[in-house]
Amino acid sequence: MYDFAYHRPKSLADAAALLKGKDEARPMSGGMTLIPTLKQRLAKPSDVVDLGGIAELAGIKAEGSGVTIGGMTKHYDVSVSPEVKKAIPALAHLAGHIGDPAVRNRGTMGGSVANSDPAADYPAAVVALNATVNTNMGKHPADGFFKGLFETALKEGELITSISFPTADKAAYMKFPNPASRYAMVGVFVAKTKDGVRVAVTGAGPAVFRVKAMEDALAKDFSSAAIKDIKIPSGDLNSDIHGSAEYRAHLVGVMARRAVDAANK
Amino acid sequence: MTAATGIGARVLRTEDKRFLTGTGRYVDDLPLARATYAYFLRSPHAHAKIRSIDISVAEKMPGVVNIFTGKDLVEAKVGGLICGWVVKDKNGEPHKAPPHPVMAHDTVRYVGDTVAMVIANSVDDAKDAAEAIKVDYEVKPANIDLAHALDKGASEVHPEAPGNLIYDWEIGVKADVDAAFAKAAHVTKLDIVNNRLIPNAMEPRAAAAEYDKGTGNYTLWSTSQNPHVLRLILSAFVLGIPEHKLRVVAPDVGGGFGSKIFCYNEETMVCWAASRVGRPIKWTAERSESFMTDAHGRDHVTHAELAMDKDGKFLALKVETIANMGAYLSTFSTAVPTYLYATLLAGQYTTPLIYANVKAAVTHTAPVDAYRGAGRPEATFVIESIVSKAAVEMKMDTAELRRKNFIPSDAFPYQTPVALQYDSGNYPPIIDEAIKISDYKGFEARRAEAKSRGKLRGIGFSSYIEACGLAPSNVVGSLGAGVGQWESAQIKFNPTGNVQVMTGAHSHGQGHETTFAQLIHDKLGVPMDQIEIVHGDTATTPFGMGTYGSRSLAVGGSAIMKATDKIIAKGKKVAAHLMEADVADVEFENGTFKVAGTDKSVPLGQVVFAAYVPHNYPLAEVEPGMDENAFYDPANFVYPSGTQICEVEIDPDTGEVEVIAHTAVDDFGNIINPMIVEGQVHGGIVQGVGQALFENAVYDKGTGQLISGSYMDYTMPRADNFPSFKLGYKTTPCPHNPLGVKGCGEAGAIAAPAAVMNAVRDALAPLGIKHVEMPATPLNVWQTIQGAHRAAAE
Repeated sequence: MYDFAYHRPKSLADAAALLKGKDEARPMSGGMTLIPTLKQRLAKPSDVVDLGGIAELAGIKAEGSGVTIGGMTKHYDVSVSPEVKKAIPALAHLAGHIGDPAVRNRGTMGGSVANSDPAADYPAAVVALNATVNTNMGKHPADGFFKGLFETALKEGELITSISFPTADKAAYMKFPNPASRYAMVGVFVAKTKDGVRVAVTGAGPAVFRVKAMEDALAKDFSSAAIKDIKIPSGDLNSDIHGSAEYRAHLVGVMARRAVDAANK
Repeated sequence: MTAATGIGARVLRTEDKRFLTGTGRYVDDLPLARATYAYFLRSPHAHAKIRSIDISVAEKMPGVVNIFTGKDLVEAKVGGLICGWVVKDKNGEPHKAPPHPVMAHDTVRYVGDTVAMVIANSVDDAKDAAEAIKVDYEVKPANIDLAHALDKGASEVHPEAPGNLIYDWEIGVKADVDAAFAKAAHVTKLDIVNNRLIPNAMEPRAAAAEYDKGTGNYTLWSTSQNPHVLRLILSAFVLGIPEHKLRVVAPDVGGGFGSKIFCYNEETMVCWAASRVGRPIKWTAERSESFMTDAHGRDHVTHAELAMDKDGKFLALKVETIANMGAYLSTFSTAVPTYLYATLLAGQYTTPLIYANVKAAVTHTAPVDAYRGAGRPEATFVIESIVSKAAVEMKMDTAELRRKNFIPSDAFPYQTPVALQYDSGNYPPIIDEAIKISDYKGFEARRAEAKSRGKLRGIGFSSYIEACGLAPSNVVGSLGAGVGQWESAQIKFNPTGNVQVMTGAHSHGQGHETTFAQLIHDKLGVPMDQIEIVHGDTATTPFGMGTYGSRSLAVGGSAIMKATDKIIAKGKKVAAHLMEADVADVEFENGTFKVAGTDKSVPLGQVVFAAYVPHNYPLAEVEPGMDENAFYDPANFVYPSGTQICEVEIDPDTGEVEVIAHTAVDDFGNIINPMIVEGQVHGGIVQGVGQALFENAVYDKGTGQLISGSYMDYTMPRADNFPSFKLGYKTTPCPHNPLGVKGCGEAGAIAAPAAVMNAVRDALAPLGIKHVEMPATPLNVWQTIQGAHRAAAE
């Protein structure tokens, strides 16, 4: 690693102050992306602000029929939380399959969502459930939050404090893992809520995207048969040695159908 | 002697105590006082001229002790890294041997090629300085694609190897084989790729060195599978340090799989630089360095043809292979696709005529050399794939076609048409057992059931034979090897009756500290906790050739047995004196010397004590001491054989291949520790399935960048990819070594790829698919299925 100044503030205000005006300062939550990046010398921050000591970022609360999850909540805690399992079991299931046990015991929802890795799992859940991203500067709706490859709507110094998820009548997440990294090569989160049906796809493109054609078909008939002939264009999809764009486009259909079947169980 | 810890017992491993409690001592753990740390600057280009290297800023940075480049080695007249096996081409000419500089000085030839060595007070200081080194590269076109590496106009890797050809080698008489093909009722043809692999031992390579100014002695710690061989190479060929002034120590080593056999750039540099820096130097590869610079494995492109009569009897086999050497010839690279490959092309079959032509090519990729199986997995993959394809074409059952062509059990010793003489074997009971264990007979019902769920099941065979227990020295010498392949053992008793057994073999996962102790316990009756097996240090062990090629038990164990014979022979003379008997009447059993027909006896421990305190001792006939050594050169290779059967289920929607069951029945001759043998088979199967379904070393064909440069992109097989394996054993003892053992370390990796790929092809055959390349990744399988759908639609 290159040298940097390490801080562990006790409050959001202190954290914001440490980050203000220093464009080479980086916040760190679980460190599951940042630390490997630092070890490979792919980043040279002047300061690392560890958010792990900030009490107001922790915790899972039932709110209405939904649930609000603190930004520093670990994937493991989401996966076993009685509140999450009650409100949206599909979210607990997704969290329980992120990475591996070591990653799940350090990685956080806030960190993952702020990072917007094209192959992360949470962005699909945030978009499909139409969650709200709460920050120290306001709120962001799910649509439009994930703007591109590692790019979100967060402004300089804006930190995610929590994410509020409504409940769903039916929801499921199906992931086809990259055989090597086991990140999502294609991950589809399907949710039917009182506001309608949403289908969000991660892994396949530069950032999470919705499939309107599937949403419209499922709104009329929430069954895998209803979407079996819907093809995703492959043009903008990712391509690498593990999956061509055409293969990913195909997998979107397969995983979407499997997610709908799982949601209907 | 207790049966619980003798030959054939499932003794828990002695070495596991330290490995499982974090108290192993690996090279990186060494606490060397005032150590400096080395970091290597590596080429980011697959092929470039080095116009200049400017270290003026770097050498003044904090903590920097010294910086060396290739030019320093030229000035110091340091030798190049050697290739130790001279292969002669078709015309009897030795292969082209381009120079292999320890660090590149005018040209870099693969991404990762060493350009500079920074030595500093810490690794971070060294890395900071390395980033400040300015290298002016003139980038040139890269020759990456093996199938076209020898084409006219392909970018030249070495001017010393025109057309990028290292050798054009053959075995067999082409005219005889062509004549047999002309008369054949059926010819099966196969084009097949053996994909390139990256070894990935759990411990990355590491080296540390120290120079003692007072004595002029060097000590080099290295993660080597063969410390004496490394010492010999560095001394005689590369650095010129007199052999007796260089001590090489391989302490605990976390896996090798062949990748730690060779003499590498970094350990050579660490050793050379130690005397120039005046402080110890430590280096440990980072995983991404290991990916780039550990010798890669396999990487063949092959065209094969099998000629048969109308009943499926094999008449002749011809094989043409292009083998990748990488950018430089690694220590044993030239032998792997020739003498360790083509000589196995008879397989378990009576094929009377075989011709193989192998062209070795250099490319702008990492050097390629032996990797678990080294040539024999490539051979088995060709034969077993073409035999299974022939069975489909001949509409014969795949097991029946094999059985029809097996070498009969009364035909041993059996001289193959490709130089090797198999000493023993009995193949039909092995395939019968595998068929039983795998419930082959019930397979079609399982295929139908899977089909009802929309899945495709397939079953595949692989009947392998391999030549290991390397090797009879005169044989390998006649084929161009620069060294012999015997092994050594020294059995040194202490006066208090415990014993140290020094072996020239090296354990880096094989469990020799346990199995060799079992041999001593079984033969001499010494309790296990009174036996220490010593290996890895050239200062304390007799010269040995190291561990690879499944040789340690067959050759190293045999040396130990010869040494025990000497101990017993001497012990009998001492015991005869102590018991006032005739030495001819003395017997030795269960650790005790007895006079036949009497109740007189004396335990080994008493004999040992007498030998060291020879007050009542036959000094006129026998020297004091109980310390014997032996060297053993095997009369032949050993030939383990077996059949594996793999059953897979493919999800056509995603292309995923699931291994439902994997059966392996092996003949390893006599078995010393069944638990350790199972471990070897399990590990070998995992590596073989890894090659078939998951692993693939991929370079970008244009830039030569290593795309599969980390675990993000190089798919390692994991435990959750596998069912529990079903294993069985048959035994035909080896007739030519004292233990009757055959090697078992590589067999699993040798047989498995063909079993898996034959199963994948069997699963996809109903779709009209005739061929799938390795690895059968989900993408590859899905694309193959799409191709078949499109072809069917036309």
